[in-house]
Amino acid sequence: MTTRPLVELAKTIRSKNAGVDQITFDVIFRDRESYELVRKSGALTPETVARLYGIPRERLTAFVEFDPALAIKFTIRRERPSGSPGERDVFGAQQYAPLFDLPIPVGP
Amino acid sequence: MPDRMSILSPTGHLGFTPIERGSFELGVARRPDAIVADSGSCDIGPQPLGADEHCSPEEWQRHDLELMLLGARRLGIPMIVGSASDTGTDRGVKQYAGIIRDIARRHALAPFRLATICSEVPRDEVARRLAGGVRVEGLDGRADLTPEVLARTDRLVAVMGVAPIIRALDEGAEVVVAGRSSDSCIFAAPAIRAGFPEAAAYYLGKVLECASFAGEPFMGKESILGTVTADAVTVTAMHPGQRCTVASVASHAMYERANPFFEHVAGGVLDMSHCRYEQQDERTTRVTEFAFRRDPVYRIKLEGSGKVGERAVSIAGIRDPYTIRHIDTVIAWARSKVEERWGAPGARYQLYYHVYGRDGVMGPWEPTPVPAHELCLVVEAVASQWEDAEVICALGTRNLFYARLPEVKGTAGTAALMMDEVLRGKPGYEWTVNHVLPLADPLELCTVRLEEVGR
Repeated sequence: MTTRPLVELAKTIRSKNAGVDQITFDVIFRDRESYELVRKSGALTPETVARLYGIPRERLTAFVEFDPALAIKFTIRRERPSGSPGERDVFGAQQYAPLFDLPIPVGP
Repeated sequence: MPDRMSILSPTGHLGFTPIERGSFELGVARRPDAIVADSGSCDIGPQPLGADEHCSPEEWQRHDLELMLLGARRLGIPMIVGSASDTGTDRGVKQYAGIIRDIARRHALAPFRLATICSEVPRDEVARRLAGGVRVEGLDGRADLTPEVLARTDRLVAVMGVAPIIRALDEGAEVVVAGRSSDSCIFAAPAIRAGFPEAAAYYLGKVLECASFAGEPFMGKESILGTVTADAVTVTAMHPGQRCTVASVASHAMYERANPFFEHVAGGVLDMSHCRYEQQDERTTRVTEFAFRRDPVYRIKLEGSGKVGERAVSIAGIRDPYTIRHIDTVIAWARSKVEERWGAPGARYQLYYHVYGRDGVMGPWEPTPVPAHELCLVVEAVASQWEDAEVICALGTRNLFYARLPEVKGTAGTAALMMDEVLRGKPGYEWTVNHVLPLADPLELCTVRLEEVGR
C-alpha cells in the first residue's frame, strides 16, 4: 500500500492550550480532496492518536471533523494544569510534531 | 436597533507585544462604532494571577492603551478593554485606569466618563458559598471544588459576561476598563446593548477576539474590523497584505478551543455548528446561521491560582555517548543523592529533570525518545523555602557530575556545567481553580465604578 506522511497533505498542523487543562490539535487542509482523503483513510482517528502519544483513549476529550475549515481536530487532557512545576510547554504549542510522519494510505 | 454596528479589534492581547499602528489607523479611518480589546489570558500560566503581577511590560501596555484611547476619543466612540493587565485582577484594573488618566492628562483630552469593573473574588466569599452547599462544578474533567483545593488558592477572578459592561455603558461610560472577562463578551456587550440578537453579537465577539489571527497570511497585532447586522457578521482585515477568508475565519473558530462548534460564555452557549461562511469581497468574509442558547442557571467561570513553592533551576550538558546511553541511570543516581538527605519528593520538595535532546518538550508523550549526540538537562527544584529549593537543585545538578557508571571513561566529571550556579526562577504556581459558580444575579461578583476623566 502506498502511503504519504500527513505533513505532505496538510496545510497546517498545530497545537495550543484550550484552557488550562487541555491541549488542542488542529490539522487543516488546503483542499477538500486532501481533507476527504485523510478523513476517510482511517489513519487519523482517536485510536491512532492515542497510540501515537502513548495515552489511554479516554485522555482524548474531543475528536471532531470540522468541514468549514477542512480540518480534523482533537483535544488531549493534560497530566497537570498548564504552567505547574515540571511544565514542559506552558502554551502547549510544540506537541504536534509526531503527527507529521503519520502514514496516510493514498493508493494501492 | 441600528442597521449595523462595527467594532475595531486591534490586538488579541493588549500589551503582550505592541499593536501595529498602520492597520489600526486604517481601521479608525473606517469610523467604527467602538474599539475593543482583550488584555489577558490564562495561557501565560498561573504565576501572574497567583502572584498578582503583570507579564507584559507597562511601556507596551501604555502604548496600546494610548493608541486606542486617542483613536476612540477622536471619533467619540466607546473604548472597552477586558482582562486588564494580563490577569484581570483588581490590581490590573487599577493600573490601567491610572494609565488612562495619565494619557488623558498628557494629551489634555476633553472630559470623558471612565468605568472600572472589578471582578476579583475574595477566597472567603467562595468558601462561604461552598459552606452554604453551593456546587462549584469543575470544568474540563476536573472534580468539583473542595475547601481543601480552595485553601491552596492564593487569588481568584470571576470571568465576567456582558452584564457588567452593559451596565457601565448604560451609566454613560465612554471608556471601560474591565477585570477578567470572557474575550467574546467585551465585544458582544455593546452590540447586545444596541439591540442586536445575542447570537450575532457573541459571534462578532468570537471572531474579533484575537484580531488578525482570523486572517491570512498569519500576522499578529494587526487590526481587523467586524460588522454585525441582525443576522450576519462580516469581518475584514485592515492590514493591506492580509485577508479574512472563509478558511481563515473558520480556522479561527477552532483556535484554542476544544470544540469548534460551541463557545461557552457566562449565561449561555454560542452554537456555531450550522454556521455558513461566504467570501464577500477579497478581504471580507460573511458569516450567518449562528445560534445562542441561554443556560437555565446563570453560571460564571472562576479561575484561581495557588503557590506551590520557590523555584530553582540549573543547567547541565552531557556529551559522552556512553553517559548519554545511560542517562536514566545518571538521573536516578542524582535523585538518590537528593533523597538521601531530603527523603522522597512530595510535600517537602519537587524535583524535575528536563532532558532536552531526548524528550524535554514532550515528556511521556514523546513517541521517539531517542537521545541526540548531546543532551541538555534542566534541573528544576521546588520547595516552600528558597534556600531549600536552591540546595536541592544544586545537589541534584552536581550529582550529574559525579554519576557512577561502571564503564565510564571520563572519570573527571560526567557532565558539563554551563555554570556552577543555581538560578532563581519565579515561584511555582498551579491553576487550582477552573470551575463554574452559579449566580443569582450576573452583576453580583462585580463592582462597577464611574468617574469623570480629563481637563
